[in-house]
Amino acid sequence: MKTIVCIKYVPDTSEAEVKVNPDGKTVDDAKFSFDINDADNYAVEESVLVKEDKGGEVDVLSIGPKQSEVMIRMAMAKGCDRATRVEDDRIADHDPLMVAKVLAGALKDQEFDLIFTGCWAEDDGHMSTGVALAEYLGINHASMVKKVEVLDGKVKAHRELEGGLMEVVELELPAVLTIQTGINEPRYAPIRGIRQAQKKELNVVNLDDLGLDPSEVGSEASLVVLENLYIPEVESAAEFIEGEADEKAEKLASILVKGGLV
Amino acid sequence: MGDVLVLAEHRQGSLRDISFEMMAIAPRIAEAMNGEVKVLLMGSGMDDMAKKMSEYGAKVIVVDDPLFENFNAEKYQKALSALLDDLKPAVFMTGQTAQGVDFMPALAVEKKLPYVAEAIDLNFEDGTLKATRNLYSGKVNAIVSFKPADTCLVTIRESAVEAPEPAASGDVEKIDSPLTEDIPYRKFVEYIEAEVGDVDITQSDILVSVGRGLKEDKNLPVIEELAKAMKADISGSRAATDAGWIPHDRQVGTSGKTVKPKLYLALGISGAFQHLAGMKGAKTIVAVNRDPEAPIFSVADYAIVDDIFKVVPALTEKMKELKG
Ligand SMILES: Cc1cc2nc3c(=O)[nH]c(=O)nc-3n(C[C@H](O)[C@H](O)[C@H](O)COP(=O)(O)OP(=O)(O)OC[C@H]3O[C@@H](n4cnc5c(N)ncnc54)[C@H](O)[C@@H]3O)c2cc1C
Ligand SMILES: Nc1ncnc2c1ncn2[C@@H]1O[C@H](COP(=O)(O)O)[C@@H](O)[C@H]1O
Repeated sequence: MKTIVCIKYVPDTSEAEVKVNPDGKTVDDAKFSFDINDADNYAVEESVLVKEDKGGEVDVLSIGPKQSEVMIRMAMAKGCDRATRVEDDRIADHDPLMVAKVLAGALKDQEFDLIFTGCWAEDDGHMSTGVALAEYLGINHASMVKKVEVLDGKVKAHRELEGGLMEVVELELPAVLTIQTGINEPRYAPIRGIRQAQKKELNVVNLDDLGLDPSEVGSEASLVVLENLYIPEVESAAEFIEGEADEKAEKLASILVKGGLV
Repeated sequence: MGDVLVLAEHRQGSLRDISFEMMAIAPRIAEAMNGEVKVLLMGSGMDDMAKKMSEYGAKVIVVDDPLFENFNAEKYQKALSALLDDLKPAVFMTGQTAQGVDFMPALAVEKKLPYVAEAIDLNFEDGTLKATRNLYSGKVNAIVSFKPADTCLVTIRESAVEAPEPAASGDVEKIDSPLTEDIPYRKFVEYIEAEVGDVDITQSDILVSVGRGLKEDKNLPVIEELAKAMKADISGSRAATDAGWIPHDRQVGTSGKTVKPKLYLALGISGAFQHLAGMKGAKTIVAVNRDPEAPIFSVADYAIVDDIFKVVPALTEKMKELKG
């Protein structure tokens, strides 16, 4: 079993103030802390579980900056065998179809049975890259997968639909599965794994190395244009309760009690 | 002429809400493009659904074929590829749903057409179609325009807009299925219903709901004490259920439950749209979050910007005092 897992290095903006740069097209990410995309963390775990169950190898594939190698090494510490990192400014990364085309280009001459991606990137959240990748490679796919059973030449995938309903499908390998969070319990990297990961193969390539012409994956090739970014106004009709934490709690408690809410 | 073709979504015999929500956007775009709205229904035995969709004044096109009885990405892609060639709509839209995301990106790649995922709004200005979408969990919006093409493909976020009231009646037309044979690569096996737990949170009067702000499960007693003092049930965001702190059947949101309690307390929950969609119908919403920019505050009635580990124990004490 040969599995490829595609992972993305994303900023944690849950408690960060986000500012748009003067170019209007990028955000100031200098103060963000970055890590593996949540769903991709589950995808890494699933790829290692498949390897432990069926044998074989796992390759990591990521398009991202040098700093993301910390994340890539961590995936290797958990059991992935080698990695390719693509770095090239000429990729139109606002368009998931261009990102998928580069990923497909990086897998061109490779053999594999399964490809895992996350179902959703937390930063730009297209939920599109994995399915587009399957189309570029001309192979099967299933998205939003919350359970994987590898069978002989096939895979059974449980797709999570709205409301928690599961749709079970069976597809022929090779296939792309886009992994949903909660599918497994991602492990912590063992100390020994962290040491071994430093010695594992990590290739850094650009579009030229992949034999991709920038005009095929750059902004000329993309059929959509990122016009501008802006901070939406948060319309809040909420009553903000002020004071020290204790006072806030006290005020809230009396609002709830007086209002007959509790 | 620029028609807007809307693929309506249905599952297990019922239309899904997104099908109606898209009717808040499609007619406006069709009008701006001097075209009309057409609604496409693919499936088997859909007379009632066709009638319902026709009440939005659009022409409904029905492809009735047992091959579409259950959704299948490959079959949908093949059929839609042929239908786009025939119908030549200027815009083709469907929902950013488990169904939509499973075929739209592949269709866009196959047809070499521009595609924007998860638009929350669409506008046609100066001859250009533009989509608005969210980035960074709702903290930034992006305007993305489509380069000129025969058809622009777009998926619309669920619950981004409210469905309009039905207005006029339109025609229903049945057309031949573009599929002549089954596609064998992917097989539908079965549906498995979501698990049922000990408490049905859709019936709870008061929910104390916790998110990733809880940090670790050993902090759960802080929340349990408050729930006990308020006679509330505990629920959680997906982050809390994925982490195993809260049982899966108590997840609030699009992939969990839709709840409408009298009181909903969101503690350390950022308010991702998938979460908001499941709880914004609560009568009174209280949010405690230390990030003043957290989107949860956009739906809250009462807001506290602070640390849950400072506010919650104090609130528990006060509740005990006041409620005796
Ligand atoms: C297809 C799909 C379906 C999904 N379905 C759902 C769904 O049904 N339900 C759902 O909830 N999510 C769903 N999600 C996930 C959703 O996008 C978010 O990732 C998730 O809701 C985040 O949960 P959270 O708010 O608990 O965590 P975060 O977004 O990480 O937010 C944690 C919040 O806690 C605050 N915080 C941290 N520490 C403290 C503290 N000590 N005191 C006060 N505040 C603190 C932070 O400021 C932050 O705002 C879905 C995602 C996808 C892709
Ligand atoms: N730059 C990237 N490098 C590697 N994988 C990526 C990259 N961008 C997106 N992906 C994969 O595609 C998934 C879905 O991304 P998206 O379609 O943007 O929501 C992610 O979870 C990753 O697995």
